[in-house]
Amino acid sequence: MPAGATPPGTPPTPARAVATRHVVAATDEIPPGGRKLVAIGGRDILVFNLAGEFFAIANRCPHNGGSLCAGRTTGLVQSSEPGRYHYSRQGEIIRCPWHNWEFDIRTGRSVIDPRRIKVRAFPAEVASGAALQAETFPVQVEGEYVVVEA
Amino acid sequence: MPPAPPPAFPLPRPLALPPGAIDCDLHPTVPDMRALLPHLEPLWRDTAVERGIDAIESNAYPPGAPITARADWRGADGRAATTLAALQSQALDRWNVATGILNPLFGVQLVFNEDMAAAFARALNDWTRAEWLDRDPRLRASIVVPMHNPEHAVEEIERCAPDRRFVQVLLLCMGETPLGRRHWWPVYAAAIRHGLPVGIHAGSAYRHPVTSVGWPSWYLEDYAAQSQGFQSQLASLVTEGAFAKFPDLRVVLLESGVTWLPGFLWRFGKFWKGVRSEVPWVDRHPAEIVRHHVRLTVQPLDAPEGPGTDPDTVRRALDHLRSDAMLLWASDYPHWQFDGDDIVPAGIPADLLRRIAVDNPRATYPRLDPASSLLGRPTGTDAPPAGTHAAPAPPPHQASIPGSPAHGAALPGATIQGARP
Repeated sequence: MPAGATPPGTPPTPARAVATRHVVAATDEIPPGGRKLVAIGGRDILVFNLAGEFFAIANRCPHNGGSLCAGRTTGLVQSSEPGRYHYSRQGEIIRCPWHNWEFDIRTGRSVIDPRRIKVRAFPAEVASGAALQAETFPVQVEGEYVVVEA
Repeated sequence: MPPAPPPAFPLPRPLALPPGAIDCDLHPTVPDMRALLPHLEPLWRDTAVERGIDAIESNAYPPGAPITARADWRGADGRAATTLAALQSQALDRWNVATGILNPLFGVQLVFNEDMAAAFARALNDWTRAEWLDRDPRLRASIVVPMHNPEHAVEEIERCAPDRRFVQVLLLCMGETPLGRRHWWPVYAAAIRHGLPVGIHAGSAYRHPVTSVGWPSWYLEDYAAQSQGFQSQLASLVTEGAFAKFPDLRVVLLESGVTWLPGFLWRFGKFWKGVRSEVPWVDRHPAEIVRHHVRLTVQPLDAPEGPGTDPDTVRRALDHLRSDAMLLWASDYPHWQFDGDDIVPAGIPADLLRRIAVDNPRATYPRLDPASSLLGRPTGTDAPPAGTHAAPAPPPHQASIPGSPAHGAALPGATIQGARP
């Protein structure tokens, strides 16, 4: 996602909190299937590696505030009719450890009510150390880094 | 039993029924087995006589229990609603009821022999037709089905449905297995094929204790436990996916009480949110599913009563349903739910009365549509009127779940709908 863009449905960012890019980890810190909790500007943000793609969502469950970081990941169970199970996207759904609500790691949207119940998603991308060299972060030119815009 | 004394506190003035009112729960009483003998096939007639089966008295409504018949409606034999004349003078004529739906509670469901149960159900439905439907054009009836053999139940639906005065399939709240289980589904498919809602009436086949904690000692416990049974049946129908399988399935809870429903749905929906992946076909909040598919008769309506009761209590309780389409008026005659002519439960908002007494029943029972012909049609060709049984719109959020199969198009319920001409 290009810098400055927001996922569909994300409420407008308040003017006082202009999104900026934050280097949150070297890519090899978060292996595929792994996660890392980072603090950006007082917000806890959970960064996931889904088979080499990185995604970042707020750590706080919109239900009662459970820390999603402590939840387990699972796949998406859907059905076309009773008795038929369609299981896909293994590892791409995070469950809140408190009440088991499911959230799509890619979008932050809940499974039970994706339109109204969601955790905020933040753009995340991989950038090379060389590209980041021009900025003020202490990076190694030969490395790759996860960059979250928040 | 003497008539109840007048209440010592002022009650809200009873509301008058709007023209065209439909009473969705009337109970004609089979006096005893002799009344059914003319309608039994010879084998079963002789069997009943030889075995001395002179009555099937269920624990559900014992003849002497106050709830079974209001004192001033009982005849010399202590029974009520055994004759059409009684039903007419005490209910239909007196309250100016335009249409009344008969729900016979004679306990054919108690019989363990599947063939005998089916024969008794056939006799009961034929008795209803001959003794009641043929004698008063205001009357309609439910098809009582033998509950413990779905094939027999389907056969009985197919046998009776061509007579369009049968407007519903009748089951008891408590049978052998939860009503959502898949072996029941052919019964629902048959009901839908003929435009019949499935009515679930308070009562039990007494295959199990009426409470989940064991047999109670008193009838009071039995009657109060019915609402628990209804809760379990709703939970079963939703979680097993009966409403996902059959988008056209309408269920009417009869004599279920009403005000327990919001609290149950709060509980049921809350926990669904955490375990919905176990029942992925439940792809909407259960309350939304229930609001779409389920209707309830308003007698009894459990609410605080007596001096000091806030008159707005009932309205607030009903607001929790978040729908004005769910309630159907019923007197529950001759069950003793009210005194005098208080035929509308106290506290029902006046502006809701036309909906619950006319509009909602018509929308629920396709065969009550004024345009619906009473002439029999060939089996399976009667589609419900447009608009009243439309499949629920696909949940708007479905499209936003990546990888979600197209809801509706892939459902076999749509196939059933499409099978109609």
